[in-house]
Amino acid sequence: MADLKKLRLKLNGTWREVETRPDRILLDLLREDLGLTGTKKGCERGECGACTVIMNGQAVLACLIPALKADGAEILTVEGMAPKDRLHPLQQAFWEEGAVQCGYCTPGMLLSAKALLDENPEPGVEEVKKAISGNLCRCTGYTKIIAAILAASDKMHKESRMRPVEEIEKEVPE
Amino acid sequence: MNWVAYRKPESIVEALALLDEAAGRGRVMAGGTDLIPQLRQREYGADLLVDITGIEELKHIREDDGWIQIGAAVTHAEVAKNSLIRKEARALAEGCAQVGSPQIRNMATLVGNVISAQPAADGAIPLTALEAEIKVASKAGERWVSMEETYREVGVSSVDASRELATMVRFKKLGGKGQTRFFRMCRRKALALPILNGAVVILLDSSLKRIQEARIALGPVAEKPFRPRDAEAYLQSKEISPEIILEAARIASVQANPRTSLLRGSDAYRKEMIRLYLARTIQDLLGGR
Repeated sequence: MADLKKLRLKLNGTWREVETRPDRILLDLLREDLGLTGTKKGCERGECGACTVIMNGQAVLACLIPALKADGAEILTVEGMAPKDRLHPLQQAFWEEGAVQCGYCTPGMLLSAKALLDENPEPGVEEVKKAISGNLCRCTGYTKIIAAILAASDKMHKESRMRPVEEIEKEVPE
Repeated sequence: MNWVAYRKPESIVEALALLDEAAGRGRVMAGGTDLIPQLRQREYGADLLVDITGIEELKHIREDDGWIQIGAAVTHAEVAKNSLIRKEARALAEGCAQVGSPQIRNMATLVGNVISAQPAADGAIPLTALEAEIKVASKAGERWVSMEETYREVGVSSVDASRELATMVRFKKLGGKGQTRFFRMCRRKALALPILNGAVVILLDSSLKRIQEARIALGPVAEKPFRPRDAEAYLQSKEISPEIILEAARIASVQANPRTSLLRGSDAYRKEMIRLYLARTIQDLLGGR
C-alpha cells in the first residue's frame, strides 16, 4: 500500500486539502473521496467525455489525470457551476430546450460548453459542435444540446449588454 | 492503478535525477492521454511517473536562429492556436487541431504524440514532412534524433521514456517560399482515428515556377510516417502544371503500401484515396499556379 500524499486544490471556488494515494485518478478522488458524483465515469479511456471537468480554465478528462497532478490547480465540476439552489444559464437552457434525456453525458457537456463560452461568448453552430465533439451523447442526437448552448450564449450576452449604464461606468476608470 | 509513485519535477535536471533513481522503473509522463490508459490496462507498470508538465523550460514555442522550437510540455491546443506555427507551419497547426477531442488536445503534448510512435499521429505526420528533430536529454548528455529515427516499431519509440526525456521538437523555418498543408480522411470529424492522413511541404525556387523541394508524409501506410520519395523527386523535376500534380499523386499512391483493415478499408481503396487527397492537397497548396 502506497503512502498517502497531501494535495491542495481549489475545488469549486474553495481551497481544500486532501490526502490520497499517488496512484489515485482524479475522477475517483472527486467521486469517491470527495462525494462529488456529478462528474460521471464512462469509458475510463478518454473517449466519451462524461468525466469532463474544467482545470485551470480548460476542459480536461478527469479519468486520465493522476489526482496528484491537481495539486495547486483550480478545478470546476458541475456542482460548482452555480450557487446552491440556482442554475447556471447553461443548465437553465439545457432544462428549457430539453437537451437532457438520460442525463449521463450532461455534466460533461455543460463543462465543455462552459469552457467554450468562457473563451468565446458568442460561438457559431460549428464552434459549438467542435467544442462538444469530445462528449458523446447516445440519446439526444445533439440537436437540442447545440440549441441549448446557443440559447444560453444569447441569454448571457443579452444580460451582459442590458446591465445598467451606471453599473458599467463604475468599472471604467475615469 | 499500475504505478506506485508520482512526482512533478520543476526542471529537466530534477526529472533526469528522478528517472535515474528509479533505475529503469520510472516513466516520463506528459499529457498522459496515451500512458494512463496503457497503465490502466496493465500493458506495463511503472514504479514512478515523472510528470514533466510543470517544467517551465519545456513550455515554449519560439523561433531561434532560423529554427522553430516547441517544448515537450506544449499541448496540441497550444500549437494549433499559436500564431507563429499557423503562419510558418500551417500543416502542423492543422494536424494538431484534429488530434482526439478538445479535452485531449488540452492535455496531450505534441512531443508526446511523437513518442507514442503511432504511424498516423496527426502531429507527427506534419513534423515528418517538416523534417523535424527531437532533442533527447539523458544522464549521458543530449542528442538530436530525426523524426524517422524516433520510430522503432508501431507504438514503440527509440526514445526510452524510462531513462530519457524528449525536451523539444524543432524544424527549419520555411520562410516566404515555403507552404504546408495537412489532410485527413476519417469516418467522423472528431475522436476517430484517421483512415489516411498526410502532410505536404513545398518550397518554390526563385522563379516561383518550379518546386525546389517537395516533402510528403503519409500515414498510416507503413510502420512509421511514410515519405513517397519518388513522388517528391518527380515534383521537383518539372515546371509546375496541373499534370505533374496528378502524376506525383499517382506515383505516391503506387509507392504507399496501406494494408487492408476492417477499420480503415481495403488496400485498393486507400491507395485510390491517397491519389485523390494528395492531388487535392497539392493543388490547394499551389493555389492554381
